[in-house]
Amino acid sequence: MDYSNLRRQAASMKKSLFDQGYLDEQFCQVEDLQDEASPNFAEEVITLFFKDSARLISNIEQALEKYPKDFNKWDAYMQQLKGSCSSIGASRMKSECMSFREFCGQGNVEGCMKSFQKVKREHGVLRQKLEAYFQLLRQAGPAGAATRPGM
Amino acid sequence: MGLGGEGSAAAAAPHVLAVDDSSVDRAVIAGILRRSQFRVTAVDSGKRALELLGSEPNVSMIITDYCMPEMTGYELLKKVKESSRLKEIPVVIMSSENVPTRINRCLEEGAEDFLLKPVHPADVSRLCSRVLR
Repeated sequence: MDYSNLRRQAASMKKSLFDQGYLDEQFCQVEDLQDEASPNFAEEVITLFFKDSARLISNIEQALEKYPKDFNKWDAYMQQLKGSCSSIGASRMKSECMSFREFCGQGNVEGCMKSFQKVKREHGVLRQKLEAYFQLLRQAGPAGAATRPGM
Repeated sequence: MGLGGEGSAAAAAPHVLAVDDSSVDRAVIAGILRRSQFRVTAVDSGKRALELLGSEPNVSMIITDYCMPEMTGYELLKKVKESSRLKEIPVVIMSSENVPTRINRCLEEGAEDFLLKPVHPADVSRLCSRVLR
């Protein structure tokens, strides 16, 4: 098994995610917290993020329906989602969250609805891409395997 | 040589209490603190923080989110500073929003510092080495 090649692929995938704006520097900060004591830290945090963000998206969806034009409520939920995105470096998703909040501030229902669809779309895309990335990393094995000399 | 004194001081890693209603942010702040060799307990509310503070005598610092349901970080700060038993514990507030009036209010109430989210390891280690000297 060519671990170094897999790790190269993972690095290339990550670079692409940065180049396309899906992720920002904060993602690196999270990955940098990984060490021997917490070897799966980044994946654990990202898993938490997707669990939490799915819940928040569901809350927002319900609020959009059950509380029409309650921009304060909608904004409050989106603030939480935006915060989580920010914490893991989910840059594109964060931007869409911010757009939604701007529309809330303007009292623009249609803007909020369209923006929310974009948030959901970005969420889905990011989830797919990060699942692929972490799967590749898992196949590549722990960092020690990649750095074994002479192999 | 004072080995006994140094040994016991070094062995007892400072215990930091992290408070944040976001599970993601809790995981990140706990990760940052553990990386800096602190012992961390992370809780999801001011209420739980106060419960822990009631039973755990040796908390060296509290780092709390500002925006939390039921009890904000500011309200938690106030309760800590109003308690004769707890008031000496340094409290740091974190927030995703840069609101000067909010920041000033917290500092006036006795917060040690105010960190903007997303929190960076460098901010936290700089803060901790200052606060926990």
